[in-house]
Amino acid sequence: MSQAEVTVGAHAGLMEEPTFSVPAKKMAMWLFIIADSATFAGCLVAYGFIRNATPNWPRPFHSITNVAIMTLILLTSSLTMLFGVTSAQKGDKAGAFRWTMITAVAGILFAILHIREWMGMIGEGATLFQNPWGTPLFSSLFFSITGLHLLHVTGGVIALIVVGLRYQGGRYKADDLEITGLYWHFVDLVWMFVVPLVYLLNLSH
Amino acid sequence: MTTGEDHKTSGVGKDLIVYFCLLALAGLQFLIAYQDISASQMFVRMLIVAVVEAALALLFFMHLWENRGLKWFVLIFTVAVILGMQYGWTDSYRLLDGAPWAK
Repeated sequence: MSQAEVTVGAHAGLMEEPTFSVPAKKMAMWLFIIADSATFAGCLVAYGFIRNATPNWPRPFHSITNVAIMTLILLTSSLTMLFGVTSAQKGDKAGAFRWTMITAVAGILFAILHIREWMGMIGEGATLFQNPWGTPLFSSLFFSITGLHLLHVTGGVIALIVVGLRYQGGRYKADDLEITGLYWHFVDLVWMFVVPLVYLLNLSH
Repeated sequence: MTTGEDHKTSGVGKDLIVYFCLLALAGLQFLIAYQDISASQMFVRMLIVAVVEAALALLFFMHLWENRGLKWFVLIFTVAVILGMQYGWTDSYRLLDGAPWAK
């Protein structure tokens, strides 16, 4: 028996179980997700408060096509992320890398569609401080909330590419890919609330 | 007796079912947007669908279902914070309609 084994054996009783049997890195991601969900909830509640307290709230959206495609892409990217994590857990390195990169491409596509939509609104005269449809608070809140989400998508795409490459290079393990996946699913989850509250409730009939 | 490989396969099948449920629920939100109902009714219906979607994503995509302790930890913390944010709604009605509760 080596000295290291003797030392570990002697301290075995003193070593604590990880919280909820979750590894520390994964727990850190869960704590981040809880904190970030509070950030988004704060933004959406503030939006709801202002929308409720403002008479004649603008309803500038005429079509749901773009937002429907964006939703489809983001939901599908969550599925491809799951396939990537499952492949990694099975030891299929090439498959895991491929699915992770497909997820990143879906994220890039989502961001492009989002920016295209922003450009359309800016073209109609909407900025962070004014818009042609009524209260300037509408565009302030719209660009702030969707911008915060877009920032998360961009960060997620960068994380997916970096973690995917390092996983393929052998520096990261399947667990690291799973933790990045948790973040990506969270970005998808937030979008499920942004779509109805920010887009669909402001649809002109 | 199931092998680990069987478990992984059934896991992919379950993921696909959850994915199609999420797509259907997202579609339902878009249908609600075209219903001839008041904004408050629309808000409540869409919020209920969004909560169901979020629960599915949390439990199955993020595998919270498999860890009972973490599930309650996340649920209690998140719900408590979100509920705490609701204290200001009455004030938004006051801004809109005067001060109905001050009378």
